[in-house]
Amino acid sequence: MHLIYPVVIAALLFSVGVYGVLARRNAILVLMSVELMLNAVNLNLVVFDMRWADRLHGGQVLTLFVIVLAAAEVGLGLALVLLIYRNRRTVDVDRLRTLGEHEQEGARQ
Amino acid sequence: MIVLAAVAVLLPFAAAFIGMIFGHTISHLLTPLARRLRRAAPGASAGRARGLARRLPANGPALVAVLPIAASTVLTAVIAVAQWQDPKARTGTLTLVQTGGVPFGVGLDVDGLSAVVALMVCCVALAVQIYSVAYMRDDPRYSSYAAFISLFTAAMLLVVLSGDLLVLYVGWEVMGVCSYFLIGHYWHDRATSRAAVKAFLVTRLGDVGFLFGIFVLGMGAHSFNLRTVLAHAPTMSHTTIVAGTLLLLCGVAGKSAQFPLHTWLPDAMAGPTPVSALIHAATMVAAGIYVVARLYPAFLSAPDSLAVLGVIAAISMLGAALAALAQEDLKRVLAYSTISQLAYMAGGLAVGTRDGALFHLLAHGAFKALLFLGAGCVIVAVGSTMLGAMGGLRIAMPVTFWSMTAGFAALAGLPPASGFFSKDTILSQAWHTAQRQGEGSAAVAQQAHGIPAWTGWLVLIVGLVTATVTAAYATRTWLVAFFGERRSPANVREAPGLMRWPVAALAVPALVLGFLGLGSDHLRPEPGMAVVSLLFVLAGGGGVFLVWNRDPAQDPVRLLGPVRPLLLDGFRVDAVYGVLVVRPVLALARLVVRADERVVDAAVEGTGRGARGLGGVLRRTENGNPQTYISGVLAGVVIIVLAVVVLT
Repeated sequence: MHLIYPVVIAALLFSVGVYGVLARRNAILVLMSVELMLNAVNLNLVVFDMRWADRLHGGQVLTLFVIVLAAAEVGLGLALVLLIYRNRRTVDVDRLRTLGEHEQEGARQ
Repeated sequence: MIVLAAVAVLLPFAAAFIGMIFGHTISHLLTPLARRLRRAAPGASAGRARGLARRLPANGPALVAVLPIAASTVLTAVIAVAQWQDPKARTGTLTLVQTGGVPFGVGLDVDGLSAVVALMVCCVALAVQIYSVAYMRDDPRYSSYAAFISLFTAAMLLVVLSGDLLVLYVGWEVMGVCSYFLIGHYWHDRATSRAAVKAFLVTRLGDVGFLFGIFVLGMGAHSFNLRTVLAHAPTMSHTTIVAGTLLLLCGVAGKSAQFPLHTWLPDAMAGPTPVSALIHAATMVAAGIYVVARLYPAFLSAPDSLAVLGVIAAISMLGAALAALAQEDLKRVLAYSTISQLAYMAGGLAVGTRDGALFHLLAHGAFKALLFLGAGCVIVAVGSTMLGAMGGLRIAMPVTFWSMTAGFAALAGLPPASGFFSKDTILSQAWHTAQRQGEGSAAVAQQAHGIPAWTGWLVLIVGLVTATVTAAYATRTWLVAFFGERRSPANVREAPGLMRWPVAALAVPALVLGFLGLGSDHLRPEPGMAVVSLLFVLAGGGGVFLVWNRDPAQDPVRLLGPVRPLLLDGFRVDAVYGVLVVRPVLALARLVVRADERVVDAAVEGTGRGARGLGGVLRRTENGNPQTYISGVLAGVVIIVLAVVVLT
């Protein structure tokens, strides 16, 4: 199999993730987009591990690490989203502007 | 001996601090005692005893003020007697302070000159303190007032007895600040506080020169010790000694209120009258003359400086006497007469008679303290300082009248009084200097060596004219205040005893001090000069008396006519200074303020405003939306990647 297919797929996946992170307003979908980006990276890691035939399979090992980390991250992220939802009755990231200077106006808009 | 001198200096100094801090505490502690005294004395002369017991023992500040000064007076009297019996210089140094450059010693130096001046200072200060107990009785700030007088006296004693120029300067400056506080005692009055500031600034101006004069002489001699400096004076370079002595003269002119810097003294009359007596007779103004006398060998090495002093003295002498003639305020008459009499002393120093000048200093200390304290009695009785409100006080206030008569006689220079002898000594010496011949003793001739003859002529002629004017204004003041019609309220009474007796006591030295000079060769009046000066004095006094006699209801000064307003303003020197100094300085100050506001402040505020503006621009990006931030991060990453790809 030519290297170009998995790399292009990974790039597309990553782009979809980036788009999701930047454009979606629902925090859960933003988390999902982050997962997409992570998996694009995972795909790349596995592909290049095979391509270079690394004896220690560092790429695959790293992929396993990333999966574990992603699981943890999603757990934490979902917990945060849940808490935010309980407090504010919304998970719209555009309206979560407490850190901004004009939080009051932002909230009103 | 030195220990006695040190104690004499430190006693009033300690009194000042104790009085300032614990004055009222002592009053509270003494109140039960006073009550017991009052109870214990119900019998004979109960009224007086009770009055005394009520006033004196419960007045802590007064006790703290009077007793140390009295002790100091005793000590200085002991020193003076010892010095008289065994005249030699006694010095003592507590410690030598290393400065990295020329070291200076903290020490005292007693010789005949300083012993007798110290005694005079203590006597006058004691009289003033006793007088003040009654004069300032109802003043709520009597405690601090008495403490400052003590501090003032201590500072003057330090100046008199100091053995080192820098220590002398310390006393000199402490006096300056004390005069500021005392002149400004009634500070809530705007004019008074301005007078205090003026006195402080004007004397300060001279003090700058004085300090630099000390530096020049000290560097020239590589020591600040008085005797070392004087010993080195003849060997110093001409420039050094002339520059040093001229700079010292700045300070002398400031403190002793001589011509260019005399303007503070008439305004200083705003202070309480006893303070005027102290400043004019014993402490502040005498310090300038005393310092010249103390450093006289150095001045003799620089005849040019003495000539300058002679010119200053001549201007101050006649100008101040003329101004005194026209004044309407009793205290201002005395103030101008002080300037004039100090100029006599300065003139005496300029023509080479240190002893004569000091003789006049002592005589003046006695009669001017007397005149001021007497004037205080009159002012309290009449309720005004204006001569126009007085008149006919002779019957109502006999003690004050006779004492002040003695004072005025001494001021005018009438024969039995002290002023006659001392003034005559100065004029005789001026004559000798003008003639340049050793008619007097060899010491006198040798002293006068090097002083230009024209200085002698100047001092002699101006001195004689001034004697006439002095007699004129003394007679005029005396007549207007004590004779003629009564213009004051009918219930004028003699001052209380505590004020009356110091005045009467001071009349004794004012009258007889002159005879002490008969014992000395330098100080004995010479018949020719005595007759001439007496004629001048009689001309002045007699002229005024004749004018007054024609119409006793009117002030004889009306004869001055159109010149009078000019003289009343003291030749408008203040106005000239206002134009030449005050206004440019104020304009400069305003310029500095504006520069501060427009340049310095503007730069600082501009920096702040710029930083805020820049921050405002950056703040736009921080809108609280993480997606925007991440977009920024992504854009940054893309740009970096592109840059890496393109540039490599």
